[in-house]
Amino acid sequence: MSPLLYLTQQTINALAIGSLYALVSIGLSLIFGILRMANFAHGDMMMVGAFATLLLVHAGVPFGVAVVGGVLIGALAGALVERIAYRPVRGSSDVTLLLTSLAVTYILENLGILIFTSSPQNFPLPALLDDVVSMFDGQLIFTRINVLTLAATGVALLFLGWFVTRTTMGLGMRAAAEDLGAANIVGLDVNRLIIVAFVLASGFAGLAGVLWAAQSGVVEPAMGFTPLLKAFIAAIIGGFGSIPGAVLGGFLLGALETMIVAFLPSSITPYRDAIVFALLIAFLLFRPAGILRVQGEAKL
Amino acid sequence: MTGADTDALLVTSGLTRTFGRLVALRNLAITVRRNEIFGVIGPNGSGKSTFFNLVTGFIRADAGEITFDGAPIANLPATEIVRRGIARTFQGTRLFRGLSVRDNLLAAAALRSPVNWWDGLLGTPVLARAEAASGRRADELLAMISLTARADAKAGDLPYGDQRRLELARALATGPRLLMLDEPAAGMDAAETKALLDLIKDLRKRENLTVIVVEHDMELIMNLCDRVHVLAQGETVFEGTPAEVQAHPKVRDVYLGADEEAAA
Repeated sequence: MSPLLYLTQQTINALAIGSLYALVSIGLSLIFGILRMANFAHGDMMMVGAFATLLLVHAGVPFGVAVVGGVLIGALAGALVERIAYRPVRGSSDVTLLLTSLAVTYILENLGILIFTSSPQNFPLPALLDDVVSMFDGQLIFTRINVLTLAATGVALLFLGWFVTRTTMGLGMRAAAEDLGAANIVGLDVNRLIIVAFVLASGFAGLAGVLWAAQSGVVEPAMGFTPLLKAFIAAIIGGFGSIPGAVLGGFLLGALETMIVAFLPSSITPYRDAIVFALLIAFLLFRPAGILRVQGEAKL
Repeated sequence: MTGADTDALLVTSGLTRTFGRLVALRNLAITVRRNEIFGVIGPNGSGKSTFFNLVTGFIRADAGEITFDGAPIANLPATEIVRRGIARTFQGTRLFRGLSVRDNLLAAAALRSPVNWWDGLLGTPVLARAEAASGRRADELLAMISLTARADAKAGDLPYGDQRRLELARALATGPRLLMLDEPAAGMDAAETKALLDLIKDLRKRENLTVIVVEHDMELIMNLCDRVHVLAQGETVFEGTPAEVQAHPKVRDVYLGADEEAAA
């Protein structure tokens, strides 16, 4: 096999998984940047987005429309969680915030199990998207959903970049992330900004959930857990609270995981997650501010 | 209402706040008239900052009333108080340090060009007009504090004096009727202080502002203020014109006492 094609294949694999990590990680960083809160319920918005899409497809809605609907429902769920669970405890101690978000996770996942049972359900991906594209006599293989994942992530990232840097509301979010108290005294509508941040973060998570389900083929209530852990690692590697850091961390993590599988002996492969977590510990010990060195005050 | 009442912009009565067993402010009664520059002085711990924090909604009063333009504002959230027209600066600055100088002003100017959800989401002409108005206001303020050339610099990278003036401009961007300045001249040299004094006097005229200043720099207070309120240990010592304050024996006692304590 040509080394160049092999490298291209691994790059595609790395980008496909890295873009999902980036999508989830961005939302964690966006919320942490403003509220200094690790939102463990973030992964459950993936579950909400994926199940909402599943239900809409089963109800006869065309797949594309169902995906948009699923993402919007995920976004709305995030806004509701903020309004109902997080706003009442805003400004409380870190422990209170942590326990609140863990409680929300617990409630959402069990609600998922209650409604859908804990067994995985098939995700109704249209056959067209599941098609394998094979090039160079099968030396380069990818599915259409891989390409779609990359494209969707690219569009989402461009939109977020535009929103944060070019709109008045984005400016307000950056200001709130700099100093929430000062944002209050210049009269910024902090409640509105935080709701919008949750809508964006959860919408991205919902999209990641749909894409994750499309790649793995199944939907289940606990599906958000592993991606959430990976997204935390990505966010910490990049610099927690920084959006560019989250994107960078997501793609780096995707690349690292792919490289472990592609280039190390297969006897090492089962230790992939252990290696990744060792890297996380190394970062926390030696460069806790992340690659982009976010310290104290987070930068969106 | 009597003539004196309509002339009052900010009135406090019976304003009291304790921190544990320490009475930070006891029964404070202050009336600030429209368009005046009102000084609040006193030794450290006299209750000046508590007064500022109470009026701007940063802390809650244990007892007492605060009315602004005839309406009660005690215990409203800080954001609501800015909306009513009271802006403040901080001892030491609280800028959005990672944002550009111009963005600091734009973030504050957004308050006076409110946009509802739909216009904001859909980018209607209403949003475009609001953003243009904020932009004009920001540019005007940049020119006023002579920072137009550094509009794109990070606020945190500015020299300290410029940061202080930027914070003043940011407070103005919210379109206040009452401007509360917490030690605006701290860390400034004589020339900068003089420029600040001229700026505040000029602002009062141009923007039809009422100003409350907390300051340690006696010279600034005496040259700037129409009336001065003297606090010590959370209680009023005296109130009068700068000349009256300087001549008053009790005021001298308070400051001499504080000096002796500081020396001890």
